[in-house]
Amino acid sequence: MPKQTASNTIGPFFHHILTPEGHGKSGITDNKLAGKKTKGERIHVEGLILDADGKPLRAAMLEIWQANAAGRYNSPVDDRDEAQLDKKFSGFGRVSSGSKGKFEFETIKPGSVPSTGNAPQAPHINLTLFAAATDIHLFTRLYFSDEEEANEIDPVLSSVNAARRDTLIARRKKTKKGIVYRFDVQVGGDDETVFFAI
Amino acid sequence: MPTLAPLKKLDRTVQPKSSATKRLVPIKQSLSELAGPVFGLNAVKKIDADLTKNAAKKGKEAIGERMILTGSVTDEEDRPVPGALIEIWQTNAAGLYAHKGDQHDAPADPNFHGTGRCVTGADGQYRFTTIRPGAYPITRLGNRWRPAHIHYSITGGSFAQRLITQCYFPGDPLQDDDFVFQAVTNKAARERLIVKYAPEQSIMGYAAGYSFDIVLRGRDATPMEK
Repeated sequence: MPKQTASNTIGPFFHHILTPEGHGKSGITDNKLAGKKTKGERIHVEGLILDADGKPLRAAMLEIWQANAAGRYNSPVDDRDEAQLDKKFSGFGRVSSGSKGKFEFETIKPGSVPSTGNAPQAPHINLTLFAAATDIHLFTRLYFSDEEEANEIDPVLSSVNAARRDTLIARRKKTKKGIVYRFDVQVGGDDETVFFAI
Repeated sequence: MPTLAPLKKLDRTVQPKSSATKRLVPIKQSLSELAGPVFGLNAVKKIDADLTKNAAKKGKEAIGERMILTGSVTDEEDRPVPGALIEIWQTNAAGLYAHKGDQHDAPADPNFHGTGRCVTGADGQYRFTTIRPGAYPITRLGNRWRPAHIHYSITGGSFAQRLITQCYFPGDPLQDDDFVFQAVTNKAARERLIVKYAPEQSIMGYAAGYSFDIVLRGRDATPMEK
């Protein structure tokens, strides 16, 4: 049987191909996941990507993967009849953080997706973090502060030490530009984000 | 729900060490991890896979030693992964990235951007035409050089199968002292990152062929309970 190919760092020079918006080129995807016709509540997610000292993590990229408002993934693997596909929503995005560590993406709030065994999971966004200083990517999830009841019984959140669960909860606030969820990602340090082995 | 076979774990004997300082929390895979974005062949244009021409002015091409870079994307059970998006980026022949962050004092090539894309076919195969990249200095580490390499991003299959890596070239002495290559501590896994000369892929009188095969996480035999 063949062995897995080893990961190597993304390095600092990926922007022109992976997140080329702002470099005069268009990429496969970007940080605006929701179009005019996408169904669901429009949201902004904003935050910082930080290192162990709370400083901006150099040359970092987040990849975003989420279900649509009905809780369905735009993927052939998800062929459930009970949750409807939204052809106007791929659920896949990318964003790189600037020199100040800041990132922002626009999307819709996802619906609930079942876990194995069909127990509901709380609405969440799957995130993959890549950075020049990491040899292999890190997986995490973003949950929503206004989904307290669903979060309470979510099988993944429940498996996380209660003291660290807050690192996975994005805080909702109303602003002039609309609904904003605040979510920071930190690698190292006391407040390190929970990362998953999936 | 569809029948889903869970993915095998990341092979920690092969993969470099995670940068997380606290323990990674294991979770049971669900649709979130097993579904993934799929890219049709229409996601890319044919020219995207030819780096010698995709950023060149009319009638021009990139300067450097042309090469055909081809291979397969399969999983650990040797099954092809069709519809995987492969994105690559690299320096020009002189070791300079077309990126404003690259401070290396090497000549730019106005006909080379160093980025390419393609999508694997039903057989999991991909193919690029490019030029051989150059080595470049990492002065923040002193008088040290990174060996020639090409960055690979593979988005295909499941969310959890995501991979970013780099391929290298045979016989490059700079690999011995390279902090990125050596971050893979398993020698056999490092050697698999080195492209192979593939003369059957060469185009006579035009470009020599090289192959780089990519293996993603496979699936366990038994489908998981719904």
